[in-house]
Amino acid sequence: MTAYLLKRLVIAAITLVVASMVVFAVLEVLPGDPARLMLGMNASADQVALLRNQMGLDAPLILRYLHWVGGLVTLDFGRSYTYSVPVIDLVRERLVVSLPLALMALTLSTAIAIPVGLFAASRQGRAGDAIAMGTAQLGVAVPNFWFALMLIYLFAVWLRLVPAGGFPGWSAGAWPALKALLLPAVALALPQAAILARVTRSALIEVMNEDYIRTARAKGLPYRAVLWRHALRNAMIPVLTILGLQFAFLLAGTIIIENVFYLPGLGRLVFQAITQRDLIVVESVVMLLVAAVIIVNLLVDMSYALADPRLRGRQ
Amino acid sequence: MTVSHETPGSRSLASRAFANRSFVAGFIVAVLVAAMALLSYLWTPYDVTRLVISDKTLPPSSAHWFGTDHFGRDILSMIMVGARNSIAVALVAVGIGMGFGVPLGTLAAARGGLVDDALMRLNDLFFAFPALLSAIMITAIFGPGAVNAIIAIGIFNIPVFARVARAGALSIWPREFVLAARAAGKGPARITVEHILPNIATLLLVQGTIQFALGILAEAGLSYLGLGAQPPMPSWGRMLFDAQTRMATAPWMAIFPGMAIVITVLGLNLLGDGIADILDPKSRRRA
Amino acid sequence: MKVWKTILAAAVLTFAVGSSAWAARTDLVIGIPLEPPHLDPTAGAAAAIREVTYANVFEGLTRIGPSSEVLPDLAESWTVSDDGKVYTFKLHTGVKFHDGSDFTADDVKFSLDRARAENSVNAQKQLFAAIDKVEVVDPATLKVTLTHPQGSFLYNMGWGDAVIVSPKSADTNKEKPIGTGPFKFDSWAKGTSIKLVKSDHYWGAPVFLDKVEFRIVPDAAAYAPALLSGDIQAFPFFDPDSVAQVKDDPRFKVVVGATEGETILAMNNKQPPFDKLQVRQAISYALDRKAIIDGASAGLGLPIGSHMSPTNKYYVDLTGRYPHDVAKAKELLKEAGLENGFKATLKLPPPSYARLGGEIIASELREVGIDLEIIPVEWAQWLDQVFTKKDYDLTIVSHTEPNDIDIYSRKGYYFNYDNPAFDKVIADVELTADEAKRKELYAQAQKILADDAVVGFLYELPKVGVWDAKLQGLWENAPIPANDLTKVKWTD
Repeated sequence: MTAYLLKRLVIAAITLVVASMVVFAVLEVLPGDPARLMLGMNASADQVALLRNQMGLDAPLILRYLHWVGGLVTLDFGRSYTYSVPVIDLVRERLVVSLPLALMALTLSTAIAIPVGLFAASRQGRAGDAIAMGTAQLGVAVPNFWFALMLIYLFAVWLRLVPAGGFPGWSAGAWPALKALLLPAVALALPQAAILARVTRSALIEVMNEDYIRTARAKGLPYRAVLWRHALRNAMIPVLTILGLQFAFLLAGTIIIENVFYLPGLGRLVFQAITQRDLIVVESVVMLLVAAVIIVNLLVDMSYALADPRLRGRQ
Repeated sequence: MTVSHETPGSRSLASRAFANRSFVAGFIVAVLVAAMALLSYLWTPYDVTRLVISDKTLPPSSAHWFGTDHFGRDILSMIMVGARNSIAVALVAVGIGMGFGVPLGTLAAARGGLVDDALMRLNDLFFAFPALLSAIMITAIFGPGAVNAIIAIGIFNIPVFARVARAGALSIWPREFVLAARAAGKGPARITVEHILPNIATLLLVQGTIQFALGILAEAGLSYLGLGAQPPMPSWGRMLFDAQTRMATAPWMAIFPGMAIVITVLGLNLLGDGIADILDPKSRRRA
Repeated sequence: MKVWKTILAAAVLTFAVGSSAWAARTDLVIGIPLEPPHLDPTAGAAAAIREVTYANVFEGLTRIGPSSEVLPDLAESWTVSDDGKVYTFKLHTGVKFHDGSDFTADDVKFSLDRARAENSVNAQKQLFAAIDKVEVVDPATLKVTLTHPQGSFLYNMGWGDAVIVSPKSADTNKEKPIGTGPFKFDSWAKGTSIKLVKSDHYWGAPVFLDKVEFRIVPDAAAYAPALLSGDIQAFPFFDPDSVAQVKDDPRFKVVVGATEGETILAMNNKQPPFDKLQVRQAISYALDRKAIIDGASAGLGLPIGSHMSPTNKYYVDLTGRYPHDVAKAKELLKEAGLENGFKATLKLPPPSYARLGGEIIASELREVGIDLEIIPVEWAQWLDQVFTKKDYDLTIVSHTEPNDIDIYSRKGYYFNYDNPAFDKVIADVELTADEAKRKELYAQAQKILADDAVVGFLYELPKVGVWDAKLQGLWENAPIPANDLTKVKWTD
C-alpha cells in the first residue's frame, strides 16, 4: 500500500507539471492584450507599451513561465492584473463561497440519490422503482440553469422566502449566508442527484447478480439485508467514480449557476478573468482546480482499493 | 449461470423491444425529434432568418403555435431548426468520447502495469481540467461556434468513457469465465473483444445515454453563455438566453425551448434504458 | 393544502411588514452591471470605476452636472486670461482627504502633473495634452498655463480621469481609494459589492445617505428579481428588455434618459468594398433605425443621423439624411458594381445593444443582398483586432465619451476615415472659444460625416434607470459614467 501510494503521489506531481505547461501554453495563444483592455480606446500605443512593461508582460516566455511556476511552488500566485491584489486573496475570498456551495450540493445530491437508488433497486421492476426512476429521468433531462430560473421565480420573486441572488458574506452571519446558497445548491444538486440515483441503482442491481451475493442469498439472508450489508459496499465503485466526477464539476463547473444567482464564486472569477485577460488569475486558478481534481482522483483511487479488496491484490 | 425462466432467444428481439415501455416511449420521442429536425430542412412554418420586429413577443396563437420571440420569429420554427444543432453537436461529441475513450479504457484494464498507469495518467490529465471552463477557454481562443462546441464537449467525453470502460473491465477481469478463457490460452485483445466488451456494453450504454443527455445539456449551457451556435442559426440554449430577461412578460419564449430540451433528453434516456433492458437479459431476470 | 396556504400567507405577510418598517432610511443598495477592476479613475478606462467613485469618493477642480454642464467643485471659482491660455483657480479651503490630511494646491499640481507625465497610464491622457505648466501660487490658488486656448478645458477637468488625489495615497487608490468626496471607501468584497460610508469631515453640502452599497449584478436577468425582492433598491443602468417586468409596478420608478453613447455600425473605410461611398450609403439606406431601436433597445433610444447626442447643445438633426429605403440601397449597390451583393463579417462586442442590434442589422442587410457573418468577440479581442489592428469589415459599438466627434479626425483611428476638410473643421473648433462659431463648426462637422456615410449612425444609447419610487436625486441622464449620490435621499 505504501509503495502504491508513493507511486501515485509521484505520478500526481508529474501530472501537475505537465498540466502547468498546458495551461501556460494555452493562455499564451489567447488573443487580446490585457494592457490595452485596461487603458481603453483613448490610450496611445506608447502608453499601452509602457503599461505592458510595468505589468511584466514583455519579458521572454520562458522567464515568465519559470517565474510563475516558481511562485506557485512557494504559494505565491502573483498579483491580479486587473484587481492588483494577490491572486491568493482573490481565491480565498471566492473559495468561502464555492467550497460550501459544492459541499452543500454534493451532500444534498448524495443524501437524495443513495436512498432513492437503494429504494429503486430493492423494488426493481415494481411501481416504486418505476416512479423513482421516472423522476430521476426527468431530473437528468432538466437543464440546471433553467431549473434555477424557475426556482428564483418561485421562491425569491413570488414567495419571497430567499434572496434572488448575491451573497451577503459570512460576516453577515451563518444563516443569511447559507440561505443565499440554498437555491443554487438545490439547482445544482437535483440534476446531479438524478444521475447519481440512476448509477446507484444500476450498480446495485449489477452487484446483486454477482455470484457471491447469490450465494449469500442462498444461505437464507433476506434480500434487503444482503442489499445493505454486501451489495451497497461493492456498488460503491461506480458511485464513487461519479461522485468524484461531480465534485470536480461542482468546484468550477458552476459558472452558469453562479451567473444566474450572481454568486461571487471561483467559477465566475475565472470566467471574468478570461474575458478581462487577467491571465495570471486564470493560470493560477485553473492550476489550483487541476490540483484539486488530481487530489480528489487520488482519494477516489485509494477508496477503490479499500472498497474492493480484489483490487488491492492487483497492485 | 442464468436462472432466467426464459432463455434470451425465446422471443424475437423486436417483440421484446415493443413490450418494453421505456423503449417504446423513448423511440417515439426520438423519431419525432429526428423527424422534426429533418422536416426543418424542407419546411418550417416561418422563415427563421427573417426578423419581423413588429411581430415581437406575440403570445401563442393559431398563427404562431408557440408564440414569437423578441425579433418576431416563430418559436416553433426555431425549435424545429434548433433540433438539428442540438442533435448534431451531442451525437458527434458522444462519438468522439466513445471512439477514443473505450479503446483507451479497455486497453488500460487489459494490459495493466505500465500501460495502464501511463494511459490512466494521461486520462487523469485530461480529466483534471474542469470541462466547462476548458470549453470556455477553447471557444475564447478559437471563437464561439457549433464546431468548436462539439470539440469542446467531445474532448471531455473521452476521459469519462475511458474511466467507465476501465472500471467496468476491471470488475470483469477477475470473473471466472474470463479466468477460464485465459486458461484456454486466449490473448488479452481477444478476451477484451469477446468477453469484456459485451459485459461492459450495458455500462457503456448507460454512460452513453448520460453523456448524450449531458451533451445536449452542455450544448444548451454553452449556447446559453453565447459560446455555441451563432445566429442566424437557432439553438435551444440561445433561445433560453434570449428568454431569460423576458420571463415575466414572454414566458413562452422560455417554456417551449426548455420543454424541447427536457423532452428530447428524457426521450433519449428512456430509449437508452430500453435498449439496455432489451439487450441485457440479465437485467430482465427480476422484471 | 390549506395549511400550506396559511404558512405561505404568513410568510409573505412577515416580509411585507418587515419592509415597511424602514422609515427615514439612510442606506441604499445600488445595482451595477460590471465590477470595476480597481477603484482608481486616474489609472483605467473602465466606466465601472467612475460609476462608484465619481463625485462620491473623488472630486476634481470642476465637475460635470446631470445635464452635462460644468460646475465648480474643488475649485470655488476661476478666471481666464484674455488670450484664453492662463486659468487661475481659487480653491476651497478646509478640505480634507479621507485619511485626514489637508487638501491644498500642491495636491492639484501633483495630480495634474502625474496624469500628464511621461510614464502616466491615465486612460484619457489627451485631456491634459494642452497643459503647458501648473504652478502653485499659494495653498488655495493654482495657475494652469495652456500651450494654446482650449474651449473644452474646464469640461475636461471635470472628467473622472482628472480627479484630485493625494500624493500619499496615489499608489494605493486602486485598492483603497482616498479622495475628498462626501463618501469614503469602506470595504470591497470582490465579486459581490463595494461599500461606501458617509465621510465625517466633508467640506461641502451634507449628504443624506449614511451607507451605500454598490452590488455587482452581472446578469441582466437578475435585475428585475433583485428589485422585486427588495434586495437592491436602484439600478441606474437597467436592462431595457427587462423594463416590462417593473414598469406597471407602483413601487418603482422607470426613468428613461440619454447618455453620450452614439451607437454606430462602424465600417472600415479602407477595406473594399466599404471604401466606396455608394456602398456605405447603400448600407445607411438599408438600415431601419426604428426596427433596430425596437428590437435591440426595447423601443428606447433616440435615432441619430451623425455623431452627436440629441441632448448635446451642438446637435443638428440629420436623421432624415438616409431614410430606410431598400430600393435606393439596391440601386446604389448596382452603381458600385455590386448588384449581386457581397459577403462581409460583422464583429460584435459583448453588450446587448451590439449582439441584438447585430442580428437585426444582419437580417436587414440580407434584404439588399449583403450577407454578413456574425462573429461575437470579447472586449479584449475587439480592442485588439478591431480597434488596434483594424482587422474588420463592420462592427457595432457605442462611443460613450462625451462630445467626441473629433475621433473621426484622429490619425489611424479604427474607422480608417481620412478627410482633410473634416480635420480642418475639428482643428478650428479646438481653437475657437466663441460659442456661436463653435456651434456652426460642430454643425458643419456633423454634416460632413453624414454626407460621407462614414459609419451607419444608429441611435443614442438610452439610460434606463429603475429605482424605488421613494428614492430621489439620482441622475436621469448620463452625460458621463457616474452615479452621483450627493443629492440622493429617501422620501416617505
